[in-house]
Amino acid sequence: MFLSRLVPHPFLTLLLTFVWMMLMNSVSAGAAAFGLFLGLVVPFLTQSYWPDRPRIHRPLKIVEYILVVLYDIVTANITVARIVLFVPRARLQPAWVVIPLELRSPEAITVLAGSITLTPGTLTAEVSSDAHSILVHCLHAPEPDAVRDEIKQRYERRLLEIFP
Amino acid sequence: MEMAFEIGVSTLLVIGGALGLIGSYGLIKLPDLMTRLHAPTKTTTLGVGAVLIASMLWFAGRHGQINFHELLISIFLFLTAPLTANFIAKAHLHRTGGYADLPPPGDGAVWAGQQPPEDEQVDEPAILPEEGVGDAL
Repeated sequence: MFLSRLVPHPFLTLLLTFVWMMLMNSVSAGAAAFGLFLGLVVPFLTQSYWPDRPRIHRPLKIVEYILVVLYDIVTANITVARIVLFVPRARLQPAWVVIPLELRSPEAITVLAGSITLTPGTLTAEVSSDAHSILVHCLHAPEPDAVRDEIKQRYERRLLEIFP
Repeated sequence: MEMAFEIGVSTLLVIGGALGLIGSYGLIKLPDLMTRLHAPTKTTTLGVGAVLIASMLWFAGRHGQINFHELLISIFLFLTAPLTANFIAKAHLHRTGGYADLPPPGDGAVWAGQQPPEDEQVDEPAILPEEGVGDAL
């Protein structure tokens, strides 16, 4: 109990240590020690802002999710570049799409909203007051329903496996 | 070998530059704020990503040192780009009264920005001016 008060977020501690070592660009003992010091102090001082620990069900799926998003960023960037260059203004069909969510954990919804914005052509603008749906703006979507289904299939299904 | 390495790095730099150019052109060409918002969030991802990969490859191949700074830059960009886009979109909806035109979220809910603020009470100033003071203004 005492230990979990002192180290409220062990994963954050590790992450901060690694980020500090990467900032210093060295794997020396000194960098590791100061990184660990920061990793212990920062979560301890900010723990009242992080009341819950996010529960992660299947950590290996995170790697798959990141790879899928990176792949989509590359392909969709080409699509958006082509829309910008070749689709005339008058034929552009921007659309608002409502995506009903099955995800309930706030962390998962944040990750989903972030990945939707990062993949070109779609942009998260709002969340509903009950957090059961998000609002997405599409740059060029002749079929808005297809966009909704793809986001639910590709991202939300995977996130549901990671965040129970 | 040396030649191929340099061509690879240059290709990445050109791709990054081209994507940045297309993104900036998109800012001019696209018709309104919401569509224009798509351009900068995109170029930061792939355009900057290509330049950072080029930088990492160059220093790894030339000086034999692996820099993690590029990796950190891309991680920080990936974390901040969606947030700024989201803030701009919400500010735009508030300023233009665009909430009226949005499709409703369903389940009888409203979009978070449509909710009235939780504490509508405006704090009374601690010291009220006396009657008549400031009337001349």
